[in-house]
Amino acid sequence: MIQRQLVIKLAKPLFIRGPSASIRLLVFVVSSLVVMTVDHRSQHLESVRAALGTLTYPLQYAIHVPIKAGRWAIERLTAHADLVAANSSLREKQLLLQSRLEKFSEIESENRRLRELLKSSVKVGERVLIAELLAVDLDPFSRRIVLNKGTRAGVSEGQSLIDAFGVMGQVVHTGPFSSTALLITDPSHALPVQINRNGMRAVAVGTGSREQLELAHVPNSADVQVGDLLITSGLGGRFPGGYPVGRIIRVERDSGRPFAKVVVQPSARLERNREVLLVWKEPVADSTTRPQPEARQ
Amino acid sequence: MTNRHRQGRWIIVISFLVAFMLSALPMPEWASLWRPGWVALVLIYWCMALPQKVGVATGWLVGLMLDVLLGTVLGQHALAMCVIAFVTHKLHRQVRVLPVWQQGISVFLLVFFYQILVLWINGIQGVPVEVVAYWASPLVSTVLWPWVFIILRDLRRRYHVT
Repeated sequence: MIQRQLVIKLAKPLFIRGPSASIRLLVFVVSSLVVMTVDHRSQHLESVRAALGTLTYPLQYAIHVPIKAGRWAIERLTAHADLVAANSSLREKQLLLQSRLEKFSEIESENRRLRELLKSSVKVGERVLIAELLAVDLDPFSRRIVLNKGTRAGVSEGQSLIDAFGVMGQVVHTGPFSSTALLITDPSHALPVQINRNGMRAVAVGTGSREQLELAHVPNSADVQVGDLLITSGLGGRFPGGYPVGRIIRVERDSGRPFAKVVVQPSARLERNREVLLVWKEPVADSTTRPQPEARQ
Repeated sequence: MTNRHRQGRWIIVISFLVAFMLSALPMPEWASLWRPGWVALVLIYWCMALPQKVGVATGWLVGLMLDVLLGTVLGQHALAMCVIAFVTHKLHRQVRVLPVWQQGISVFLLVFFYQILVLWINGIQGVPVEVVAYWASPLVSTVLWPWVFIILRDLRRRYHVT
């Protein structure tokens, strides 16, 4: 048996002769380089990625399901007392939030009246969709996540992603059943922000580390303080304005350098969420919206 | 004969699918750089065992699928995979006869080369790279090579993949 296999193995290359191995390698290396350049510089290969993504999605789902089942089982086994305690604390929280919401809606209507007086257009409420994170790992050198909603649920590229605490990122690739999102901490991500206290605008750039952003090009003399809250400015038209992004946790001013180093901790629980909200930015004809390059990608 | 051939092809496809799943399996943050190059290991095995069937073209396709799975720029892993498939193809006669632990050394070099190519392309795109990333994954891959080798060899013999 083994001898027969050996004979087949030795004999086969003699009869099958395609182009030589080196030429084949050259063809594939060149095609990889072309594909990489095109994919990096333009959006032309998105349809190819989406088509191949429908093949890999079952694999990702097959990984996700047992993990989800495990979590479900753990939740099922939680003691009754724990559930009662969680329920009562949630009730209290809900009551608190409800009262605060009522106050906010009053303020919102007042705000709208004032804006009308100023002849500035009204901010429209955004449409949202809840998506679940797939429990799969992607490239360890970037900060990306996979969502279980794709173009069939109406997800489109460039859509922003938030959680209960702040902005998380934006959708970069979409497939029919799933989509990939870039988190704001990815080193290739930049997000236009505004300091809530004084309205100063800046760009928050990802650092690649888990829970840190940096503000780019902030002069040493700028009015930034530790503890300042950053919100999205809505410039560039990709992210809706007014969502919290993070808090400044460190400001290093060095007169030897042209810009201050401002470190920001994101408000969103980027690495701990299982569910996220996808936001549709309704067209807002706001007079302050100006085009600005927003997301380097 | 054709039936047996088809069966053999399925074994190869399934081994790659399992490798894909292991590549995307969620792991804790600290372990992410230490994840072995599962797909590269499986590719090296099949290139060595069946050089007339699995080669540069298979490597390229598998790498492209890995790019889609991991969300990297298309062609990054494809390039690295087809290059190591080529090198394995060139070396398979020498490496195949070595004992498993000595094969491990060649596997380390191959996966290291693969990792360098991947990280190099990352570097061109401006992604910061830690030094530990260069050797962590090849090291773990080398340690796991004997098991990968034995499992795939037994599968190949059992299902007569030729």
